Amino acid sequence: MKVILRNPKRELEMDGPRRVHALLAFLKLNRESHLVIRNGTLVPSDEELGPDDTVEIRPVISGGML
Amino acid sequence: MKCRVCRQPAVIDVPRHNANFCGPHFLDMCRRQVVKAIEDFEMLSKDDRILVAVSGGKDSLAVWDMLLDLGYQADGLYIGLGIGEYSEVSGQFARAFAAQRGLTLVEVSLRDDYGYDVPTATRATKRVPCSACGMSKRHLFDKAALDGGYSVLVTGHNLDDEAAVLYGNTLRWELSYLARQLPTLPARNGFPKKVKPLVRLSERETAAWCVIRGIDYLVDECPMAAGNRHLGFKEALNTIEASSPGTKTAFYLNFVEKVAPLLSQFALGDDSQLSECSRCGAPTTGEICAFCHLVDKASAHEPVPVELVTGKGRRRR
Repeated sequence: MKVILRNPKRELEMDGPRRVHALLAFLKLNRESHLVIRNGTLVPSDEELGPDDTVEIRPVISGGML
Repeated sequence: MKCRVCRQPAVIDVPRHNANFCGPHFLDMCRRQVVKAIEDFEMLSKDDRILVAVSGGKDSLAVWDMLLDLGYQADGLYIGLGIGEYSEVSGQFARAFAAQRGLTLVEVSLRDDYGYDVPTATRATKRVPCSACGMSKRHLFDKAALDGGYSVLVTGHNLDDEAAVLYGNTLRWELSYLARQLPTLPARNGFPKKVKPLVRLSERETAAWCVIRGIDYLVDECPMAAGNRHLGFKEALNTIEASSPGTKTAFYLNFVEKVAPLLSQFALGDDSQLSECSRCGAPTTGEICAFCHLVDKASAHEPVPVELVTGKGRRRR
């Protein structure tokens, strides 16, 4: 599967199938600070991602102070 | 995973509620949380003239969208901070959101209107970038709200923002800051009423709101905020949250309910010591306010490109 990461934007090719929570754990990313989007649609943590999927892992943390 | 409400396939799991939701029922949950915040903390009425501080990021566009969705009338305020391409793109997202919905977006440019930008102010003041940026935004939010006759200023601060600030202030026992870290700050002499309707939603939830609602927002992080202390606090809290869901909610909302009332005596804001800035009229304890001092210093400095004050372009000695 193609995995798109942000900040900085980059792409990885990974084997599938994998569940969302397993993908995040493999990449050492906290579920609380990321959304996983497949073909423009959110997917929950137990969703199985297939080898042909394109998946964006979008960070949700913004850091500016006010 | 199935939606807790309708048993259709879920699109998001929300561990702090021990629940999963389909898109429409997730949006309903967000609306309920925002309505509860607005009611519990007496934030808004349908008669208010509302100004939403908009950055082009997920939180400010989500809160603007939610208020409109809930039947409030709200204009937006965008401040051009001059942080290179980041600011150019953030402005495009804010303008596109407003244009697509026929909304009013008030714009202020630090460079065009005040002769400086955030990278230059950072270099001129020799302080961390968020210092000059935050001070500029706070001053200009207040000014725009008062000048425009708005009755309340809305910001997109979410649960993670508030929990992280609370965490930082608690680690240092900053009592005066703790005492005023409230979801609603009433209007007082020279300051507009300020409210934070997203304090019951995490930033993962505000981002999910935008994805489900089809709102395009700036995903990239501010290049000048990278590595700041605030981000470290968020990361620490999210590590705890991952193993103990609901911790951030309890930490912040229990503080507001149980601890903040005990700290009111420490709150800054003794209006008897405030006078008007001789330059701009803003409330200040001196003759000239901190913002006007910043304008003097930063506008006199040669413009500094953002690359020179971030890690990418910083010179090694």
